[in-house]
Amino acid sequence: MNRVAITGLGIYSCIGKNRGEVRDSLYKGQSGIIFDPVRKEFGYRSALTGFVDKPNLKEFLDRRSRLMLPEQGEYAYMATLEALQQAGLEQDFIARQEVGILYGNDSSAKPVIDAVDLMRLKKDTTLVGSASVFQTLNSTVTMNLATIFKLKGVNFTISAACASGSHAVGLGYHFIKTGLQDIVVTGGAQEINYLSMGTFDALSAFSVRESEPTRASRPFDRDRDGLIPSGGAATVILENWETARKRGATILGEVIGYGFSSNGEHISNPTVEGPVRSLRRALKDAGVDPGKIDYINAHATSTPAGDASEAKALAEVFGEKCVPISSTKSMTGHECWMAGASEIVYCMLMMQEGFLAPNINFENPDEDSAKLDIVTETRSKNIDVFLSNSFGFGGTNSSLIVQKPYN
Amino acid sequence: MSSLTTHTHQEIITKINDFLSEEFEVDPARITPDGTLKDVLELDSLDYIDLVVVIENNFAFKVKPEDFTGIHTFQDFYDYIISKVHP
Repeated sequence: MNRVAITGLGIYSCIGKNRGEVRDSLYKGQSGIIFDPVRKEFGYRSALTGFVDKPNLKEFLDRRSRLMLPEQGEYAYMATLEALQQAGLEQDFIARQEVGILYGNDSSAKPVIDAVDLMRLKKDTTLVGSASVFQTLNSTVTMNLATIFKLKGVNFTISAACASGSHAVGLGYHFIKTGLQDIVVTGGAQEINYLSMGTFDALSAFSVRESEPTRASRPFDRDRDGLIPSGGAATVILENWETARKRGATILGEVIGYGFSSNGEHISNPTVEGPVRSLRRALKDAGVDPGKIDYINAHATSTPAGDASEAKALAEVFGEKCVPISSTKSMTGHECWMAGASEIVYCMLMMQEGFLAPNINFENPDEDSAKLDIVTETRSKNIDVFLSNSFGFGGTNSSLIVQKPYN
Repeated sequence: MSSLTTHTHQEIITKINDFLSEEFEVDPARITPDGTLKDVLELDSLDYIDLVVVIENNFAFKVKPEDFTGIHTFQDFYDYIISKVHP
């Protein structure tokens, strides 16, 4: 089995549009949540959202490439550009190799709605134009990035609700571990337009603490009242360790464990048993004891039921108050399809800089979170091994373990 | 051809050049009557769909794919649009 190195990271999120900005936000505990009046006017119960500025791609891409990209594809392009640059993967090198792409994405709502609206109005499908079909498919990110960056290896999208990005990294890890690929671009992307999140708002899943946007996302806090949607994209370049060394790439980290499971129960209600199996599978795959984990980035979206079940699962597997834990969703909101990948990037930045980002807005524990070591202030800490959780609708669970590189 | 019609035709040609240069992001100076659409606008198979869209949005008549069979130069294109607008 091959060792799997991380050689590039890219991030475009509501707490920063590149690694440097994001690292600073994580360190300062800075939130990216705003109140969006457009949502209120549209009928949302909660108008809170992460805010992500749209990139200007005219300086990077030709007309045809730009036409094909939906919003989340634009974010994914920016994140991937940054990651490929850090990995030192130039276009002429990529053209000679078999580089793959596995990316998490589970909706492309706005292009679908825009196209159907136009068809209803014009009664002529041709008038949606040439780009619509390529924007509306769930695989829009992988088909676009594979085309733009001329990737010739594995190429498909992972749709697994809020665990999509994490499973994408996990599958990329397996493709390299088993020798099927040497380099895979992995990641997750999430649209954040008001058309994309209305059905989620319908479940009353969002926080309504609208008077305090930056204080509304409060994972594990006793007074949390729901998640806050957010988006952007994150890219993690995975590479065969030996191949990376031979070409002189800087190895930033090593993926050593991937755990997964299905709850096999209710479509939206979380369980404790499902995440426990995902965590134990990841630890077994990594060959490490729970005591070796220096930091856990919890899935913890700030919903009472989700946080409570995860807190129980973490206490069961790791013991009480044994591992520092925070949920970066306290700052970013819930980046949904992207979250599993972005949280690997966030953790990697913390590992590189030797600090733990705070779980902001954690003021009072409840009976479950009281059993955990929740990081409430930025903490200096050497991280050798971290674990990141992602759990999604349908009961899909994913846990990833990454360690600091060593020779 | 009356001066009124000529003027109208020129307006149509100007309108066509404007939307083609904007839609396909080419310098208007590159659009000349004897230039070929495919080369100047760098059209691929998908771009012909967008060509239909801009025609219909600007002139409000239905375009059939086979209409493009005989259109190569911009002059062909102008003649086609004018024949539809002033049949």
